[in-house]
Amino acid sequence: MDDLMTTYLRPLFWMLLGIGGILAVVLGGTAYLTYAERKVLGAIQLRKGPNVVGPFGLLQPMADGLKVMFKETIIPTQANVFLFIAAPVMTFLLALSAWAVIPFDAGLVLANINVGVLYVLAISSLGVYAIIIAGWASNSKYALLGGLRSAAQMVSYEVSIGLIIVTVLLQAGSLNLSEIVEAQKDGWYIFSLLLPMAVLFFASALAETNRSPFDLPEGESELVGGFNTEYSAMIFALFFLGEYANMILMSAMTTILFLGGWLPPWTALGFVPGFVWFALKIALCLFVFLWVRGTLPRYRYDQLMRIGWKFFLPLSLLWVVVVATVKMLAGGA
Amino acid sequence: MMNKALITQRMRTWLGLDILAGMALTFRYIFKPKVTINYPYEKGRISPRFRGEHALRRYADGTERCIACKLCEAVCPALAITIEAGVAQDGSRRTTRYDIDMTKCINCGLCQEVCPVGAIVEGPNFEYATWTHEELLYDKDRLLDNGDRWETVLAANLEADRGRG
Repeated sequence: MDDLMTTYLRPLFWMLLGIGGILAVVLGGTAYLTYAERKVLGAIQLRKGPNVVGPFGLLQPMADGLKVMFKETIIPTQANVFLFIAAPVMTFLLALSAWAVIPFDAGLVLANINVGVLYVLAISSLGVYAIIIAGWASNSKYALLGGLRSAAQMVSYEVSIGLIIVTVLLQAGSLNLSEIVEAQKDGWYIFSLLLPMAVLFFASALAETNRSPFDLPEGESELVGGFNTEYSAMIFALFFLGEYANMILMSAMTTILFLGGWLPPWTALGFVPGFVWFALKIALCLFVFLWVRGTLPRYRYDQLMRIGWKFFLPLSLLWVVVVATVKMLAGGA
Repeated sequence: MMNKALITQRMRTWLGLDILAGMALTFRYIFKPKVTINYPYEKGRISPRFRGEHALRRYADGTERCIACKLCEAVCPALAITIEAGVAQDGSRRTTRYDIDMTKCINCGLCQEVCPVGAIVEGPNFEYATWTHEELLYDKDRLLDNGDRWETVLAANLEADRGRG
């Protein structure tokens, strides 16, 4: 009995507590990211953004959440009901489950597995299925076209994301996210040979999360809303939250791979807890996400494909060679 | 052969300098003063000629201006106005019925323009939304009431616009 308690129940309890904590943080972040997006876009367009619900409109996400929960869920008659509902649930679950391996601070990670990078890549790749399933199950041409575009786009950019990560792995010598951060103690990778890769990674992250200027799958002006055309109410909200949770996830990955994770910018600032630095850096990345959306027009589809295959991919391949060569010449390998 | 301008342009594109310039511009815009008018707490300025909610005006002694000539009814392109005329107790010609269907009205202002006695006018009020259609079917009492309610503003606006063609 005592054995059961110490070997199973107690770790299980802590595990559940950790999961609950991460969920609360990520979902809260997601909710307020929608608010931040509206504020930032508003500011760029000389508007004020939400400012009526609560002080500075801070309760706007709650109001939106309530609204979306009380709306009617409309399922098209010709839709495949099971897949139609499963797709947004899948997006949402995947967006959350990747957080299991993200280190918030030294040792503050739910599952400190040695193939963390691989796990995140795998989980974020699965997101394509949710989108293509949603597009197909809606039984609508707009949704289908949006889904197809999205699948092609995400697959294209995953290739270069993979290669970019390889350059980081070469430098860090580990697939463990915590160790990658620790390897940046003497200088974040964004301030090294890997700077172009950081930019490329961020741009690929924009494409991967279907964000502007690569938001063709949801191009309102062309596809009536893309793969989520037929979605309404809470199942739409799941897609929406999933997308925003993915944005936070990709920002977290950018932070871990290039911005030194929880490490302070100067050692003198080491008294500030690591997770604060981590959160600040993620917030910075997210701001750039929104800032880019407020600035750049949408790429044409052929441009999107050309950038992915003829610019990002060769450049990241080249950089793998460059980093490997530099490492070898420096005698690191 | 690529000329120099083309090479410069290509370099700008590949190094992302164009994108950075655009980003710098939007970043500056974040700190500019906002143009938002915080309606309903703040409202924009409206012209004295603004064509809002209708009103029937009276003379200073309280008698109705309208003489039931039905020019407004005739000119109304949306057929929103319905008038029935009769003889009042003092023997003058008056409307017994003056209805405007505000859901038909297109706020063109022709009724005001055509009125020989300045009775029907469009006032500055634009906040008369209602929950039901019926509430927007105005009768004579409602229009006269509007006239009494807004008279000061209406007179001031007409005065401000006088002689400006």
